[in-house]
Amino acid sequence: MAKIQLTVNGASHTREVEDRTLLVDLLRDHLGLTGTHIGCDTSQCGCCTVHVDGRAVKSCTMLAAQVNGATVVTIEGMASGDKLHPVQQAFTDCHALQCGFCTPGMIMATAALLKDNPQPTDEEIYHGLEGNLCRCTGYINIVKAVKQAAQTLK
Amino acid sequence: MHQFSYLKAKSLADAAALAKANPEAKLMSGGMTLLPTLKQGLAQPSHLIDIGGLKELSGIEVKGDVLSIGAVTRHYDVASSAAVAKAIPALSYLANQIGDPQVRNRGTIGGSVANNDPAADYPSAVLALNATIVTDRREIAADDFFQGMFATALEEGEIVVRIVFPLPKRAAYEKFPHPASGYAMAGVFIAETAAGVRVAVTGAGPGVFRWSDAEKALAGGLKAGALDALTVDATDLNEDFHATREYRANLVQVMGKRALQKLLA
Repeated sequence: MAKIQLTVNGASHTREVEDRTLLVDLLRDHLGLTGTHIGCDTSQCGCCTVHVDGRAVKSCTMLAAQVNGATVVTIEGMASGDKLHPVQQAFTDCHALQCGFCTPGMIMATAALLKDNPQPTDEEIYHGLEGNLCRCTGYINIVKAVKQAAQTLK
Repeated sequence: MHQFSYLKAKSLADAAALAKANPEAKLMSGGMTLLPTLKQGLAQPSHLIDIGGLKELSGIEVKGDVLSIGAVTRHYDVASSAAVAKAIPALSYLANQIGDPQVRNRGTIGGSVANNDPAADYPSAVLALNATIVTDRREIAADDFFQGMFATALEEGEIVVRIVFPLPKRAAYEKFPHPASGYAMAGVFIAETAAGVRVAVTGAGPGVFRWSDAEKALAGGLKAGALDALTVDATDLNEDFHATREYRANLVQVMGKRALQKLLA
């Protein structure tokens, strides 16, 4: 068993989990943060994207033990109270979702992309969201939302 | 996933000792290949020895005419390094084409090289640039290191410490990525080095290999069209449900020409 201490969305947690526990299972099953989705479970789809120490990662392909001592942000940590994060607001305004299953991962990946590259071109948005799949193929509005969020965050 | 014990190495020496004490253990750096492999049940190590956080295995340094990259340096750090962009721009381009952003934030150069996936990007750069793989035991030339599909010169428990690249006069990399996985269906790395022009191909064969016909064609100088007359023998190339061996042979030609064009631009 591994004893994990980590900060998630600003709150400190300590849990004892099996060594093989994935970060996404720690978040969902042990901390009740089910906003992070499991899509493919093979590190292709990006639904499970969260931020670990400020970088976007696929939480289905990291062990909980690897985030011991780390700071994690999930989709639940993006809004400030009732005020949506500018990326969340942009996804809402641009209708950048159809079924919504990929949305938490898309938003986390977008927030990370805009941190590295605040004013991405269309090509840079495609490259930056390559790790996230939308099975509804709603990419046009997702790209629009990324651009709106970039404007808001400018 | 089956049960295993997770061990976080405190130092390189500690990692080596843990590997020696646990012969069924596997070393883990970024885990971007290893964890999916474990999830699919394709490997069942007794322990995972995490070396990903070791500072002594991390970092990028240009000294004189060599670029040295620590084994656990992440793809993102290579891709975004000003020092790499200045020393070997083709290498920062390559690093930025691996997988996707989330994978590049975790995956490491040492992990990629030690795993030697036949479709990985880094082995082509290491081989074409005539790099040296420095381990905790010795130094291994790239020509001796890569030994076919997932096979390398590494011994049991031997740990890659850093990769040392002599700076080339110029170099370029072009790949045709698999549209879903991003892995190279074929990738060609051309480097004009002190040891002559070296051309390495990944993704197409059972392991990275040097394309000797292209090297001969370019030996007299890097000229536009120098690769146009070449054909690639498909006999020993990979065939799977993504592409026939003939298709891959054609991709090698096309990527080779594109890499040459890019290098001359």
